[in-house]
Amino acid sequence: MLLRAEDLGKRFGGVAALEAVDVAFERGAVHAVIGPNGAGKTTLLNVLSGIYRADSGKIFLDDQELTSRAPHEFAAAGVSRTFQNLQLFFNMTALENVMTGRWLHERCALASALLRLPALARAEHACREAAAALLDMVGLSRWADARADSLPYGALKRLEIARALAAEPRLLLLDEPAAGLNAAETREIDELIRRTAARGVAVVLVEHNMKLVMEVAQHVVVLDYGRKLAEGAPQVVSRDRRVIEAYLGAEACST
Amino acid sequence: MPPSASRKPVLILAALIAALPLALPNDYTYEVAILVGLNAIVCVGLNLLIGYAGQISLGHAGFVGLGAYGSAILAARYGWPAWLAMPASVAGVALLAWAIGRPILRLKGHALAMGTLGFGIIVSIVLATEDRFTGGPDGMAVPPLLVQGEKAWYWIVGAALVGAVWLAQNLIDSPRGRALRALHGSEVAAGALGIDAAAHKLSAFVISALFAATAGALSAHYAGFITPGKASFLHSVELVTMVVFGGMASTLGAVAGAAVLTTLPQLLTVFKEYEMVLLGAAMMLTMIFMPRGLVPTLEKALAAARRRPR
Amino acid sequence: MLEQYLLSGITTGAIYALVALGFAIIYNASHVINFAQGEFVMIGGMASAAFFEAGLPLPLAVVLAIGMATLVGVLIEKLAVEPARDAPVVTLIIITIGASILLRGLATLVWDKKIHRVPAFSGETPITIGSGAGSATLLPQVLWVLGVSAVAVALLAWFFRRTLTGKAILAVSHNRLAARLMGISVRRVLAVSFGLSAALGALAGVLIAPIAFTSWDVGVMLGLKGFAAAILGGMGSSAGAVAGGLALGLIEALGAGYLSSAYKDVFAFLIIIAALVFLPHGLLGRSAAERV
Repeated sequence: MLLRAEDLGKRFGGVAALEAVDVAFERGAVHAVIGPNGAGKTTLLNVLSGIYRADSGKIFLDDQELTSRAPHEFAAAGVSRTFQNLQLFFNMTALENVMTGRWLHERCALASALLRLPALARAEHACREAAAALLDMVGLSRWADARADSLPYGALKRLEIARALAAEPRLLLLDEPAAGLNAAETREIDELIRRTAARGVAVVLVEHNMKLVMEVAQHVVVLDYGRKLAEGAPQVVSRDRRVIEAYLGAEACST
Repeated sequence: MPPSASRKPVLILAALIAALPLALPNDYTYEVAILVGLNAIVCVGLNLLIGYAGQISLGHAGFVGLGAYGSAILAARYGWPAWLAMPASVAGVALLAWAIGRPILRLKGHALAMGTLGFGIIVSIVLATEDRFTGGPDGMAVPPLLVQGEKAWYWIVGAALVGAVWLAQNLIDSPRGRALRALHGSEVAAGALGIDAAAHKLSAFVISALFAATAGALSAHYAGFITPGKASFLHSVELVTMVVFGGMASTLGAVAGAAVLTTLPQLLTVFKEYEMVLLGAAMMLTMIFMPRGLVPTLEKALAAARRRPR
Repeated sequence: MLEQYLLSGITTGAIYALVALGFAIIYNASHVINFAQGEFVMIGGMASAAFFEAGLPLPLAVVLAIGMATLVGVLIEKLAVEPARDAPVVTLIIITIGASILLRGLATLVWDKKIHRVPAFSGETPITIGSGAGSATLLPQVLWVLGVSAVAVALLAWFFRRTLTGKAILAVSHNRLAARLMGISVRRVLAVSFGLSAALGALAGVLIAPIAFTSWDVGVMLGLKGFAAAILGGMGSSAGAVAGGLALGLIEALGAGYLSSAYKDVFAFLIIIAALVFLPHGLLGRSAAERV
């Protein structure tokens, strides 16, 4: 197991967004976290990337404890993510967005930045190449020098994934990567997810698009009201009575 | 961006500074140019904090004043030579900025504005009150550098400004510059990419304080006299106005903003009692018609002119 | 002595509260920090001094002064803020800074650079409360300051809760687009907000002029303190503005009394900064968790 989280709990005021949640994610596998709205899926991702501090429980990435660390420390440990409400750097070009994603691999001391030491130019060149390759992989090469705020929505979703991949993560968290995308664009995301997992990255997606989840995920976790309701292979989970009840109500179980 | 592009701003500026004396008829105009240069040094640093890192400081004149008084006190009261007093003062201010930066930069938005504003006011009050060291509200005399005369100081300040722009531009073009812009774009996403927001905000804050203190120290030895007004809230606001007016989008923009808003009041003094009215009206009108600042508006106009069919 | 400090603290606190309310109302309607707020205070004091010196009876001078400031407030909104309504907030702030410089310049032209006096509303004979060690003397004007401020705050609360215009202002402050879709004229709301803030500022200026005198640049520090009070209380919260104003006044008075009057402002600002570091949204501000 690459990531193990035990007994995660998170409250906001009186509401328990997460309660006693245990999850484990494997290298090279695609996992999905599903559940009705308000189930705590995004909260779970936020806790697993350090944006929220869990009120209880522990998080281990490869036996390194990450509980209560700052977000940039989670990133340094190998966790990368995309956001439900796009958090791109709209004040930069698409290429610069992805180049920023390379931050953890581009050590840049203050002195060498201020004085423009020669090693920096070489490192920048390498960074630009790597970023351009990633843009190519997600099919955004022609927008490399365009300001991020001029890209269409589908392209923005792929840009955010490219930026997350630039960090060469071990664990990639995707928050509704297919939201707002049409069938063709969703297929591209599907491809991207498979290729990333094939390289050994543990991929976790929060999704409402059940077709995508069924096709790409090997392991599904179902949350409801902050608790883990069920987990297992997609076909098993989709037939689980409790899951159907949570999504569709008790009557649907008779179908 | 190709590596040579970032040398352009520095070269343009150096050329301008070298050529300007041809257009300066007398000592007074040199004085204004020096004043522009000193303000520009502060603005280039402040622009890193406001324009790139997306923070705010309404108290940066405090660093200018501390840099000035630090060097003045070391030179006048302890007999340090100016070339030693100035760097010592600047280093001291940078240390102070580092110490107060961490707690203050945890604040965001208006709270940060208030925190920095409070700092500036505290500094100006302390400078005016501790008259044993500072000479009080009437100020104190500063032993001048060996160099004297407007023309000599023009080249000193000019060189310092070119140096400041070179350092700032290097930082902006580097990965750390991207990290700063990332913080401005989305602090959450920057953190998720491994960028330690607090550390980068602090370094932008300290660098901008360093630039401000340098300008302060230079101005103290240039003028031979300083008053606590250097650290006043009004001066802090003037500096922010220069940066915003310049457009917050580029280093040269900050220099341009400093140039326009330093010379404007000088030009308006001929109107004597109408000076304030005209200055206020000018500020309002320019921001109404150039809401994004000078440089972006000029860039847009240039782009539009190029697109027009001939 | 403590009673004396507390009393003077609440008095200045009431003035700060009125100025801070002006900041809060404009900020709520437009997200702009109006750096010309202090100048409304100045206009209140200087105009009433000028009208009184011109021979008008004091009550009329005061009312005219407040009316004049209100007009100036609306003019600033129409001529300076409206045309720049799509500009970034920083630009709007610089515009208000320009307006404050313009107003100060106009003050020196229309009036002068001298310090002016306005007579107290009901005489100068000090009143003594209590006796012996626990006594405090106060000027009758202080009662005016406290009384009128309290009435003003109460009227404002009623205005926001019970009148349609007041509710419209609240609606715009919560969600501008939704308010427009409901048929609320944002332009009118902005104009009313600026006029109201100006009136509040002028009222503060009028109330404090008999005690602290008035001059062309009295607005700079008062505006600054009002701004500090508004942020201390929680920017955008009216109750916060009042709380922040009173708190600032008290902190200042206690600092002046027990430490030194030279450092009372240093003391006050240090406390504000410390308060903000522990309560980043101010005393009464709501902390909204950012949705990601």
